[in-house]
Amino acid sequence: MSTELGPTPVKSPASGGTPIHHGPKGVGEDNKILSQGKWASWLLAPTIIALAVVIVYPIISALVMSFQKDAGLDPVTGLFTAGGPAGVQNYVNWLAQQCSAPGGGTVACPPGTLGAQFWSATATTFFFTVVTVTLETVLGFWMALIMARTFRGRSLVRAAVLVPWAIPTAVTAKLWLFIFAFEGIANKLFNTTILWTGSEWPAKWAVIIADVWKTTPFMALLILAGLQMIPAEVYEAAKVDGATTWQRFRMITLPLVKPALMVAVLFRTLDALRMFDLPYILTGGANNTTTLSILVINQIRQGFNAAAALSTITFIIIFLVAFIFVRFLGANVVEQSGATGKGKK
Amino acid sequence: MKSPKFLLPAAAAGVLALTLSACGGGGGTTGGGGGDAEQGLDGRGPITYVQGKDNSNVVRPLIEKWNAAHPNEKVTFKEQTDAADQQHDDLVQNYQAKNPNYDVASVDVVWTAEFAAKGWLQPLKDKMAVDTKGMLEPTIEAGSYKGTLYAAPVSSDGGILYYRKDLVPTPPKTWDEMMQMCSVAKANNIGCYAGQFKKYEGLTVNASEAINSFGGSVLDKDGKPSLNTPEAKTGLENLAKAYADGNIPKEAITYQEEEGRQAFQDGKLLFHRNWPYVYNLATTEASSKVKDVLGMTALPGADGPGASSLGGHSAAVSVYSKNKATALDFVKFLTAEEQQKFFATQGSLAPVLGSLYEDKELVAKLPYLPVLKTSIENAVPRPVSPFYPAVTKAIQENAYSAIKGEKTVESALSDMQKSIESASAGQ
Repeated sequence: MSTELGPTPVKSPASGGTPIHHGPKGVGEDNKILSQGKWASWLLAPTIIALAVVIVYPIISALVMSFQKDAGLDPVTGLFTAGGPAGVQNYVNWLAQQCSAPGGGTVACPPGTLGAQFWSATATTFFFTVVTVTLETVLGFWMALIMARTFRGRSLVRAAVLVPWAIPTAVTAKLWLFIFAFEGIANKLFNTTILWTGSEWPAKWAVIIADVWKTTPFMALLILAGLQMIPAEVYEAAKVDGATTWQRFRMITLPLVKPALMVAVLFRTLDALRMFDLPYILTGGANNTTTLSILVINQIRQGFNAAAALSTITFIIIFLVAFIFVRFLGANVVEQSGATGKGKK
Repeated sequence: MKSPKFLLPAAAAGVLALTLSACGGGGGTTGGGGGDAEQGLDGRGPITYVQGKDNSNVVRPLIEKWNAAHPNEKVTFKEQTDAADQQHDDLVQNYQAKNPNYDVASVDVVWTAEFAAKGWLQPLKDKMAVDTKGMLEPTIEAGSYKGTLYAAPVSSDGGILYYRKDLVPTPPKTWDEMMQMCSVAKANNIGCYAGQFKKYEGLTVNASEAINSFGGSVLDKDGKPSLNTPEAKTGLENLAKAYADGNIPKEAITYQEEEGRQAFQDGKLLFHRNWPYVYNLATTEASSKVKDVLGMTALPGADGPGASSLGGHSAAVSVYSKNKATALDFVKFLTAEEQQKFFATQGSLAPVLGSLYEDKELVAKLPYLPVLKTSIENAVPRPVSPFYPAVTKAIQENAYSAIKGEKTVESALSDMQKSIESASAGQ
């Protein structure tokens, strides 16, 4: 692997574009690389174009839309007319929770409009993210520690743990909807009469329970992968030195598993910030369980352009969270995984 | 990545081309479609019919029948999913893309105004006129926007009050009578009344019924919200009061159609507001405890039958269709008596032709037809507004809070009013 030798040898003339200062042999090599480069651009063009079509175009199109007004109604013909440019009005409306006023201009959004739900949806999204990711990390770590041991039927347990993760979320949500129905299993089992989907805190917990049930296995497996990269000798040495179980966990397991753990937490956090299907099916967003993604979907039915602005805002929020993770908490997906890979060898 | 320099031209070209097309396509939304409505009026040829999932297999036999008679103007069936929201979004996407292959589509009564205002539906007048004689008035109203018919009524639906014949020999005619009969429910230790009160489209149906039944209305004739009225207040207050009293059991706040039906069939409810489909299930399912004691009557109102919300579907021709003459013929075919009868017998879909409700053969098969006719005749279409998605959200959000007692009926209604005003204000 030439890459492991460091970056310098790879920086050949072709990539840097530096002037040729080799002998004749170098020139020939350079031409070869040049023509290879041309070939490469032709061969890669289909991929680039495909990416442009499925990723770049929608993003740019959404951005363009987010600066347009939504269609308004022409009172005379009763037909919708294109709204025209809006500047940043769509963004301001969401952030300041302003809605159009009947006589022109804007007013604070009355309860019952989607605009009035922006900050509460943001708070709900973050609440769900913090609670579910915390629970999933703790439970997942515990499951991973168990699965890392050698015991009979270990592979069976590992496969079984994956089942909730393998079920499509929409199916999971329906399943839990039946469990949390008034006449459902949850109430029968505990002999309670809780309106799980009909009041605020039970509804929030219903969503959290279903989400934790579904995604803890994902955390467990990612952490398990990290655990297995810790060499057994380290533990043996610690044992010889007289370290207790707790000390071994705190001083060896935790620091060594940290890179894998941080990546797992980052993935889950980004996932949880986009949470949509579970609350949408379980509660329909009632009782303060509307997340940002649900708000986007609801807004799409009322006006594309405001929805485009909202999804851009959501994107920026998620991007900021990812940035904070990578920059300050050391969840460096690219470099750390390279480093641990080397360490393993 | 070895030499990004050489990739640049290809990438740049691709991105540029796409950006430009994005600017071209993303900007404008609608434009009336005046020109499109003039096109293809005489066009004949194969067309496509778009509808949600054909659960009881009614559409396919009808299309086969049509195709056998019209070998040169065959209809292809495009089946959507069975979720109404997804059907709506699918239609919006295809109309937005001016897809000429969505010739005839089945449109829910609440979408008509929105689609018509976007300029996607062919006005059914002049050359494209459909004969609406004999159709129930509210169904025509629900297919119209600003006085023009845009979608021909194909099937209808209205609410029915199901009750326990063994416990209440004579059904209540008014809401107050029904509430007085709740003592019977208490004596038998069962819930009194439930409709659909979960926060979803069903709540809009139930809340509008409560408001309309007492003489209020969500929108006035010009499509402006008119909720700050004593009539609307009495209507919504009835629901809130019944929920606070326990006449509507607490769990009803989580009920959609199916949960309510289940509770009623298990004998846990005295009165239940639901759609006609319950009749078949409640009388034939083995687990049903109300098989022999099932009573049906019109919804209770202020001093007579209440105003049901109208359900059902209409058939609309797309302005982008190239074969509108064939499309129109097919729409007429769907609304003709013979097909209407087939819809009723095969699919339990309520017909739109008044005469069929007195058809002896049909009534023998579907005993709820006379009750349903009263229901539909008194029905008020759900608020007809091109901003329906925002209107229904405003009703759901505020009616839910009011029923649960989280805010007063007055403030719920005034918030509803303001939300709808803001939604229709555009930007």
